Amino acid sequence: MGGVLVEAVLFTITAVLGVAGGVGVIAARQPVHSALALLLVLMSLAVDYLLLDAQFIAVLQVIIYAGAIVVLFVFIIMLLRTAGEAPRPRAAPSMGFAAVLGTVMASALVAAATMARGPVAPVDAAYGTVQQVGRALFHAYALPFEAASIVLVAGMIGAVALGKRAHVVTAASGGAAEPTAARVAGTAGGTRR
Amino acid sequence: MTVPAPFYLALSAVLFTLGTVGVLARRSALIVFMSVELMLNAVNLTLVTFARLRGGVDGQVVVFFVLVVAAAEVVIGLAIIVNIFHTRETVDVDDVDLLRG
Repeated sequence: MGGVLVEAVLFTITAVLGVAGGVGVIAARQPVHSALALLLVLMSLAVDYLLLDAQFIAVLQVIIYAGAIVVLFVFIIMLLRTAGEAPRPRAAPSMGFAAVLGTVMASALVAAATMARGPVAPVDAAYGTVQQVGRALFHAYALPFEAASIVLVAGMIGAVALGKRAHVVTAASGGAAEPTAARVAGTAGGTRR
Repeated sequence: MTVPAPFYLALSAVLFTLGTVGVLARRSALIVFMSVELMLNAVNLTLVTFARLRGGVDGQVVVFFVLVVAAAEVVIGLAIIVNIFHTRETVDVDDVDLLRG
């Protein structure tokens, strides 16, 4: 039964790393440190997904979250060049409220989690593979899948519209190739202002 | 699944709480946003755990849709934050509390 021990050890490591990363996200002074801590949480969760026989979700987690979303965060942090938060902390009632709510919420949720009992359904080797999840996605969930594509297109159009808005004056004079240059110029102008 | 489900659910609960505290306690809009991502991931872990417990794949399909919504949300949210920074020179959520441009 070596596999049992390996899984228990792996879960312990990922749980410790995940919680440490979570604390890092909310405690780091620099936003880029928060982004790296978030990356640690996401990779730990990807290992947890593998332990739960969800291979497809684990791969998606690494590609989409770690590969796309965290990189986008790092790009935006570089673009904004904010020097961290001002030393002025948030109002004391807010911090106290967050601490009290966090304690109550964590105890309530963990207490609820311990009540999750029940037999673990047996699964075969095909469980959680791309084939099985893809079949569910294209048969039972075909309509939500199409709706998801509309959400993504709306997100792309929204990002383009929001990106153009701040540079309307400079971009209006250019042709098809101009907006990129105008946008760079607008960014530099924005930080100089 | 040799590690019992309550352990995964407890990890998910702790991560969700950390995300909530981050949203409430931090002032940088970027870090508030990352805390929201933390909460989304905690929920994803719960969904995957229960999907494995039931032996069904539906929970994993829901996680897929959460990923799609999270990607769209990050793109729009970060574009808004960049716009706010260009007009206000700040990403502090305490400084941007008026609903007018």
